[in-house]
Amino acid sequence: MAVRGLTVSYGEKPAVFSVDMTLTKGRMTAIVGPNGAGKSTLLKAALGIISPLAGQATVYGKPLKSQRHRIAYVPQRASVDWDFPTRVIDVVLMGLQRELGLLGRVRARHTAQAMECLERVGMQDFADRQIGQLSGGQQQRVFLARALAQNADLYMLDEPFAGVDAATERAIISVLKSLREEGKTVVAVHHDLATVAEYFDDIFLINTRKVAEGPVETTFTADNLNKTYGGRLAMAQIDQLELATG
Amino acid sequence: MFWQAVTLQLGYNATLVMLGAACLGVAAGVTGTFLFLRKRALVSDAISHATLPGVGLAFMAMVALGGDGRNLIGLLLGSAASAGLGLLCVNWLTRRTRLAEDAAIGAVLSVFFGFGIVLLTIVQTMSSGRQAGLESFLLGSTAGMLWNEAIVIAVGGALTLALVVALRRPMTLVAFDPEYAAATGTNVSRVDLAIMGLAMAVTVIGLKIVGLILIVAMLIIPPVTARFWTDRTEAMVIISGAAGGLAAYIGAAWSAVVPAMPTGPIIVLVSFAGFVLSLLLAPGRGVLAAVLRHRRFQARVHMRQGLLALAQGQPIYEGYTTRILRRHGLVSADGVATEAGRARASKALLDEKRWEIIRADQAMEGAAALYDGMRALETVLTSDQIAEVDAKLTGPEALA
Ligand SMILES: Nc1ncnc2c1ncn2[C@@H]1O[C@H](COP(=O)(O)OP(=O)(O)O)[C@@H](O)[C@H]1O
Ligand SMILES: [Mg+2]
Repeated sequence: MAVRGLTVSYGEKPAVFSVDMTLTKGRMTAIVGPNGAGKSTLLKAALGIISPLAGQATVYGKPLKSQRHRIAYVPQRASVDWDFPTRVIDVVLMGLQRELGLLGRVRARHTAQAMECLERVGMQDFADRQIGQLSGGQQQRVFLARALAQNADLYMLDEPFAGVDAATERAIISVLKSLREEGKTVVAVHHDLATVAEYFDDIFLINTRKVAEGPVETTFTADNLNKTYGGRLAMAQIDQLELATG
Repeated sequence: MFWQAVTLQLGYNATLVMLGAACLGVAAGVTGTFLFLRKRALVSDAISHATLPGVGLAFMAMVALGGDGRNLIGLLLGSAASAGLGLLCVNWLTRRTRLAEDAAIGAVLSVFFGFGIVLLTIVQTMSSGRQAGLESFLLGSTAGMLWNEAIVIAVGGALTLALVVALRRPMTLVAFDPEYAAATGTNVSRVDLAIMGLAMAVTVIGLKIVGLILIVAMLIIPPVTARFWTDRTEAMVIISGAAGGLAAYIGAAWSAVVPAMPTGPIIVLVSFAGFVLSLLLAPGRGVLAAVLRHRRFQARVHMRQGLLALAQGQPIYEGYTTRILRRHGLVSADGVATEAGRARASKALLDEKRWEIIRADQAMEGAAALYDGMRALETVLTSDQIAEVDAKLTGPEALA
């Protein structure tokens, strides 16, 4: 996916300003930046969920509109009402809506497909639960299973590791790595600087404007982090990170 | 008498009204479910009040053109047009100004309604307005309903129902997770428009029977009632439709039996009775179930405490605890643990240690929130999450 000159504004103050981003096929990219830096906004605009003031996104060289089915989005967990009357399996089946169409019935093979996705995230025993009865980490896994059901080529996740338990974090990262193995592209908003180097291949630093983009080995530097976070990141914190020295 | 009405033996007009009302009730219950799920139930109140100016203007227009001002189809078209305008106003006010939606709803509702009342007053003073009876659109009236009016209501209700069935998937998706829906290419504002459009259709169709003031109750009470009984959207749609249809049918029968009773308010009261019954009796979400659950919970607390006491060889002080353990065959009459009791006790102790770890671990905050001290861990965590916890267990119980 490539994004060119993307500017998004809520009211008069741009949340994302003239950002270019290129995601490389078969790699995992972390979007990193302070709170309110426009990370979620960037994802949403790139996906066409909110319309940008300027700029556009292309996917595999074609306009976004015609390529939507190749992208799976995992929204922030807090974005939905978890008391909604729906079960885990129903949420995963939402990932198959393109296949189901408007009037098509949910058949055994659809349910089997959804169950397979639940198995990949270790949630097969929870298929009949109402979604509100799950823990935060389990809810995140259900969202990931729904994205898997879409069988997309590009996966865009917004803070998939926020507020989840350690086992869930490992389950999610292993699914993401298996997607990369299959040659799929993964991009995730990530808030934990300590695990950037371990989890991701590329990093995209943003604070309203793009700060830097490139492979973790060369781009995840103290200098770039300082530029992104301003003074908000203590030097002591930076010292503890496994940073590139490029 | 009431029984005769329910079994449709009370004559032509009553039968017509009851069948029409039932159609309307089903359509309203089904459509209302999506309004409720999208959290837009109150917008339908603005829509219904906004129908009134349309009724007045349509009457005047039809009279001016030399026709019969009371033609139902003409009046309904007029009301639909002004309801649509009201809806656009609410949307515009919320999107383009800093007004919150509730304020926009209040403004549109009162202004349109006030204007409608003024128009009705003018109609009353028109030469042909004397017997117009337009004020019956406020609270509905079924006296002297005509065959073709019943047909309009039945056909309208059936069409609305068919559209809801066809659009149920995108409507559910948008109600649950609009951002995800947009990301997959669903046109969210168009689906929202469909939801509101269907609510508008129900409102307009329902004007004749329940009137514009109470139609909102037919859209809201059935889904709220249905929510008590199920955790699935599809089931909720069906239950809500059934509840709405039944309430309307019974209400119409009742008002046919008791002369001078207005149909709309009776339907709403019957519907409300269904809501109260659900509130009290529904399994899971009902009040009674909550009381029972509390009693069971108390029993489980005592059971757990008893088991932990057994596992740690401590004495049990409370008679209730001992009685519960006895009832489950976990201790013998002299208070000594049976074999089953010892097995359950050591499992309880293991889970207790696991919970201790979960609650101490920052990263497990989400799971820790579900801690109630006595749930079997397997119902709360996935097997890899449990393995994660067990890896941190130390001491002899780690081998259990
Ligand atoms: N729906 C919205 N309406 C108005 N302002 C918003 C909205 N969503 C986000 N913002 C603002 O835009 C900026 C970027 O937000 P966001 O993309 O959520 O940041 P991040 O995800 O990096 O924390 C913030 O200043 C936030 O307050
Ligand atoms: Mg965000």
